[in-house]
Amino acid sequence: MEGLISLAVKAIFVENLALSFFLGMCTFIAVSKKISTAIGLGVSVMIVQSITVPANNIILSYLLKPGALAWAGFPDIDLTFLGLISYIGVIAALVQILEMILDKYFPPLYNALGIFLPLITVNCAILGGSLFMVERDYNFSEATTYGIASGFGWALAIATMAGVREKLKYSDIPDGLQGLGITFITAGLMAMAFMCFSGVKL
Amino acid sequence: MSQTRKQLLTDPLVDNNPITLQVLGICSALAVTSSLNVAFVMSLAVIAVCGFSSLFISILRHYIPNSIRIIVQMVIIASLVILVDQIIKAYAYEISKTLSVFVGLIITNCIVMGRAEAFAMKNKPFESFVDGVGNGLGYSLLLMSVGVIRELFGSGTLFGITIFNSISNGGWYVPNGLLLLPPSAFFIIGFIIWGVRTWKKSQVEAREYKIQTLEEH
Repeated sequence: MEGLISLAVKAIFVENLALSFFLGMCTFIAVSKKISTAIGLGVSVMIVQSITVPANNIILSYLLKPGALAWAGFPDIDLTFLGLISYIGVIAALVQILEMILDKYFPPLYNALGIFLPLITVNCAILGGSLFMVERDYNFSEATTYGIASGFGWALAIATMAGVREKLKYSDIPDGLQGLGITFITAGLMAMAFMCFSGVKL
Repeated sequence: MSQTRKQLLTDPLVDNNPITLQVLGICSALAVTSSLNVAFVMSLAVIAVCGFSSLFISILRHYIPNSIRIIVQMVIIASLVILVDQIIKAYAYEISKTLSVFVGLIITNCIVMGRAEAFAMKNKPFESFVDGVGNGLGYSLLLMSVGVIRELFGSGTLFGITIFNSISNGGWYVPNGLLLLPPSAFFIIGFIIWGVRTWKKSQVEAREYKIQTLEEH
């Protein structure tokens, strides 16, 4: 349990997906103009992330790993090279299913998050989360914790970024730096602030 | 090569750079630039994937049903990325360790998807291939310039060869450690964007609010 808590804290602050691994930057920069939309996207990423990482973990341990197909009578098969295509397939399919479920049973939530869901399929943070799970060899409970925590970390980063940008638009910025340029520099300063957490030993 | 094809290749370098203007594919641009070797391999991988995925998608464009096109594109791109990933693992194992998840993330690199969706679905195979390579080159150009700045001033080397002899090796150069850390990539790209937009005025974004001057007041 203690291990899982420290894993979660690490995934949220020390190894924040957006600010120390730069994952999901495209949407991070593009959709952080308003706090409300940023929070909407953040929440959707968190939901999708906490479903896809454990789902991919199951796929990895029961289908792809060397020896994972032993239950089907093929103990010698190693399908890890099919990893990338299976993870992205799972992500695309799950996002589609989630969209349909939300549309059917939770229309208000669908109306709030609907436009962001298709964007999430191509959000690197989601695929990145699954790939880190594979690389670090997490087991199922660790994968679930990591999924929720890393999604939360990303949501936190985009929400704070949107907060800064809402104030930033009133300031007098040099012409060439307007828009994208200043956003990058702001993100850099935020990443530096987040680096303070890297001293935290867990 | 005809004029338009040449334009397809050179346009994305500065005038329509995927990173500084189209805001695509930033994730990996920031993460893999702390050393040039890695940035170089990453650039090659992206150029290859971007060019060939555009080519194949363009060949298949009349057969891909519109409703499932994203998934079809994704499958084509993912297969190419698996190929590239296996090649890098076979010939440059050390670098593949440093790149870790970022080769896999070429799948979700918006440049590849963006070009497939915006160009390859509507144009002939050869043009699409050139456009894909051009955008890959635009991406590489930025990646390499950020890589040069970070490696040269961060550790005093280029491609691992010592340029500035650092203090720890008995030389004179004090390496700027900040440049090896993630935040510096944001600053460098921010400043590059500033430079490019000062040069090409047409890329400047409009202000949302204007500060009133004293005379207007």
